[in-house]
Amino acid sequence: MILAQSAKDPLIRWDWVWDHTDDIAAATWEHLRLTAVAVGVGFVISMALSMIGLRFPKTYSPITWVTGVMYTIPSLALFAMLVPVTGLTFLTAEIGLVSYTLLILVRNITAGINGVPDEIREAALGMGYTPRKMFWEIEVPLAMPAIIAGLRIATVTTVGLVTITALITFGGLGSFIDSGLRRFFNTEIIVGVVLSVALAVVLDLAIVMIERWLTPWTRRRATAGN
Amino acid sequence: MEFLGEVFDWFATADNWTGTQGVLHRTWEHVQLSVISVAVAAGLALVPGVILGHLGRGGVFAVAVVNIGRAVPSFGILALALPVSIKLGLGLGFWPTLIALVALALPPMFTNSYTGVRQVDPAMTEAATGMGMKGSQVLWNIELPAASPLILTAIRISSVQVVATATLGALVAWGGLGRFIIDGFAQGDRVMVFAGGLLVALLAVLTELSFSLFERFAIPKGIRLAGRSAASATAT
Repeated sequence: MILAQSAKDPLIRWDWVWDHTDDIAAATWEHLRLTAVAVGVGFVISMALSMIGLRFPKTYSPITWVTGVMYTIPSLALFAMLVPVTGLTFLTAEIGLVSYTLLILVRNITAGINGVPDEIREAALGMGYTPRKMFWEIEVPLAMPAIIAGLRIATVTTVGLVTITALITFGGLGSFIDSGLRRFFNTEIIVGVVLSVALAVVLDLAIVMIERWLTPWTRRRATAGN
Repeated sequence: MEFLGEVFDWFATADNWTGTQGVLHRTWEHVQLSVISVAVAAGLALVPGVILGHLGRGGVFAVAVVNIGRAVPSFGILALALPVSIKLGLGLGFWPTLIALVALALPPMFTNSYTGVRQVDPAMTEAATGMGMKGSQVLWNIELPAASPLILTAIRISSVQVVATATLGALVAWGGLGRFIIDGFAQGDRVMVFAGGLLVALLAVLTELSFSLFERFAIPKGIRLAGRSAASATAT
């Protein structure tokens, strides 16, 4: 089927959009799923790496070095090297996506926890907190704004990167971009780009809401005129 | 292991290196377009960023630009650049890729040059003004040197991103190293796909490394503050 747009065609053909609402919903769902798994797994790994880096400071710079290289390797190049090993699978897509979240998250988690004032740590130790209890109940909650900031960047970046997985048969909304590009059909490209930007904005806002709910003290302080 | 042997053979085959479809020519295409894109974007973004930072205007705009820049997928920018290029009568290949890469490199360059100048300690600029410097002298002698780490960081980030995204140019009939990956996928040639991926990864890491080295030498110790952490702080 050739759908090449002539110059007379409108920028976006709404009839195509209305005819494909089911496909669009399915692609949005796939996009969401790929993003959520990547950020979720990335967060768990980053948390573990950050804990290692904080506990053994000598390991911090190798950790950022390795995650930095993973961040630098272009996603398509990484997919190209993974496909011969792991095939055109969900796993391949996720390895690529997860590897991009690590540097952002590790940096923010570590910076957040290092930013906790020493007086607070000493007070906690004086009150009889064990290091483990202090980490989860004092340091992590106080580092929450920095951690959430990292999660926001990681999420928005991942939503964009998911589109590239269209080239290895996934892609979520990116599959519209890919197919529009191959058929010179602008409507599909615009639908893919606009919805993926919208998804990034919506997820970003959702995380901001979660942050408000998780850190009520920052609001109270703000209203107290800080 | 057998597969890696095939990859090794691919690299050991002279035919894969020479000619217009060889590694050398493809690398040259890739580097050439990346350099042009970064240069054009720097020309377009750095001057307004620095001037607006000096005047202290457009802060909301600077933040909005970087956030939007992050949310728009690079793949999407490339796809949108194609109809734009066709509409302008520039056709396939070089031009749509260039348009996309420039669009991609603009936001970090603009925002970092703005932030870099903006965050210069007011005590420094006030002292300079007090010593009788004019606005333009403050900009050249105080603000620009102090902002140089952030501006160089922006050029590094953009360059790495441009090298990465230039790979996608193969989708709109541009050459570059992406050809090995895209053509390899199309032909079911896993060895070529892997070789292409390896070459692109090497080029990106090399770009990052050479900029890091350059920054180490180019930035005076005195102002080599926390340029990197400041750059990531603009992200929020």
